[in-house]
Amino acid sequence: MANTETMTLNMGPQHPSTHGVLRLVLELDGEVIVKVTPHIGYLHRGVEKLSEHRTYHQILPLTDRLDYLAPMSNNLGYILAVEKLMAVEVPERAETIRIIMAELTRLQSHLVWIACHALDIGAMTVFIYAFRERETIMEIYEQISGARMTSNFFRVGGLSQDVPDGFVKKVSDFIDVMPGYLDQYEGLLTTNPIWLKRTIGNGVISAEDAIDIGITGPALRGSGVDWDLRRDTPYAGYEKYTFQVPVGEKCDTFDRYKVRLVEMRESCKIVRQALDKLKPGPVLADCPQVCYPPKENVYNSIEGLIHHFKIASEGFYAPEGEVYQGVEAPKGELGFYIVSDGGNMPERLRIRPPSFINLQAIEQMSVGSMIADLVAVIGTLDIVLGEIDR
Amino acid sequence: MAENNRAVLKLREKFAASIIDVVEFRGEVTVTVKKDAITDILTFLKQSLQYNLLTDLTAVDYLGKKEERFLVVYLLCSIPNKDRLRIKTPVSEEDCTIPTASVVWGTANWLEREVFDLFGIHFAGHPDLRRILMTDDWVGHPLRKDYPLQGPDREPYKGRLS
Repeated sequence: MANTETMTLNMGPQHPSTHGVLRLVLELDGEVIVKVTPHIGYLHRGVEKLSEHRTYHQILPLTDRLDYLAPMSNNLGYILAVEKLMAVEVPERAETIRIIMAELTRLQSHLVWIACHALDIGAMTVFIYAFRERETIMEIYEQISGARMTSNFFRVGGLSQDVPDGFVKKVSDFIDVMPGYLDQYEGLLTTNPIWLKRTIGNGVISAEDAIDIGITGPALRGSGVDWDLRRDTPYAGYEKYTFQVPVGEKCDTFDRYKVRLVEMRESCKIVRQALDKLKPGPVLADCPQVCYPPKENVYNSIEGLIHHFKIASEGFYAPEGEVYQGVEAPKGELGFYIVSDGGNMPERLRIRPPSFINLQAIEQMSVGSMIADLVAVIGTLDIVLGEIDR
Repeated sequence: MAENNRAVLKLREKFAASIIDVVEFRGEVTVTVKKDAITDILTFLKQSLQYNLLTDLTAVDYLGKKEERFLVVYLLCSIPNKDRLRIKTPVSEEDCTIPTASVVWGTANWLEREVFDLFGIHFAGHPDLRRILMTDDWVGHPLRKDYPLQGPDREPYKGRLS
């Protein structure tokens, strides 16, 4: 007589293909998945609670640590929300540099995605190549902010400082060679029979289901929904740039892979347009109530020092009200919802993490497939646990 | 401005008795509604006004500042119309329950679990209301204002005086 009992298998939290500390409890019928129960929270640091006890400037470093593969996108989302609350206008140069960095961040995040996704499915070479290119972006990060990952470079009202000499050349050189590297990855994967077998028809989710479960970002576009916040609800000056929004058709892992690759090419084009627009000028708004003073004032005048001290210790008082700002982060819609009661710290800061909501679809996308396909689904959702657990 | 919003006009028409307040701040419209009509309003917004994406669902604790302690917040987004709307509804501490929105949008499932975990608000009719970020045996709800920042059984935080 056939044995019809299902088996329960624990996967993670320490598992090489779970991209962090994700634990899945699987119910299996042989090798076929019957039920997936994700257990998250191993990385919960209480960022939202901490934010209620810090001034608006002091929250910024916490946002680096949400999606640690795309720190500048997180910074951008938070900064835009605070600027909306305070109604601060940002100088043009700062806005352009923000776009350059946000798009390089998207490239960086997608490079880690393609590296890990390919490695999980068994294509090791792409991993080494993608990390080589990521290194250049890390160097650019280090050049402008001094840190490779926890950049903390943007400020309310602009940037912490102007970019150093050689920045434009370094970014420009990188953007010139990057499309060639993307061709390399495609050469290794797009026609690779193992890659095709593992990705075509894997993790299918229809457009209606994807919207119902709240998926955003490349995963939503892979399901054929033409929705990109950069184009549809422009922020940070994206309306001044022209770019294509790639959309998939078959709603599977292969289409999401193609969408992300086209997105990387489009990011290169946006960076090129931004470099052409870059003009000398101030990088911080002239708004002393909110912004830090320029460093030379702090070191050379007592007024500047007092100003710096006031902003650093007491911060600024925000008007009573509430704002929400969503940005198209590499993983989907990253949102910051700030409720202010008129104080110098938020009454409530809510982070809308794209990975958290996208991960919810894992059950729908993997039930009925083999356990090895689950690994491809985790890869294609492109999750980061730092953001899921906050 | 807020009065001309397409959703506000329709809501005023259909649910006039349930609307408590309409506010516009920095171009964002927030409608505060009564709790007992929340499921009808959300269903109406999704089905008739094409708010097909539930961007976020969260709560705010107004301990000692408002008569009813919590506000549950729904951030809606309409992909066809490219606009957003915020719905809020008060929930009191004594009757800390609200009907689930997971019957309207699947997204609400985990989001409501998170609000339950961190605020202790119950969602009636939720299919699987368990803690999500904290461990199952955790006592208390960390995002409540009366929950100490340092965690329970520890000296209160004295580092910042401002």
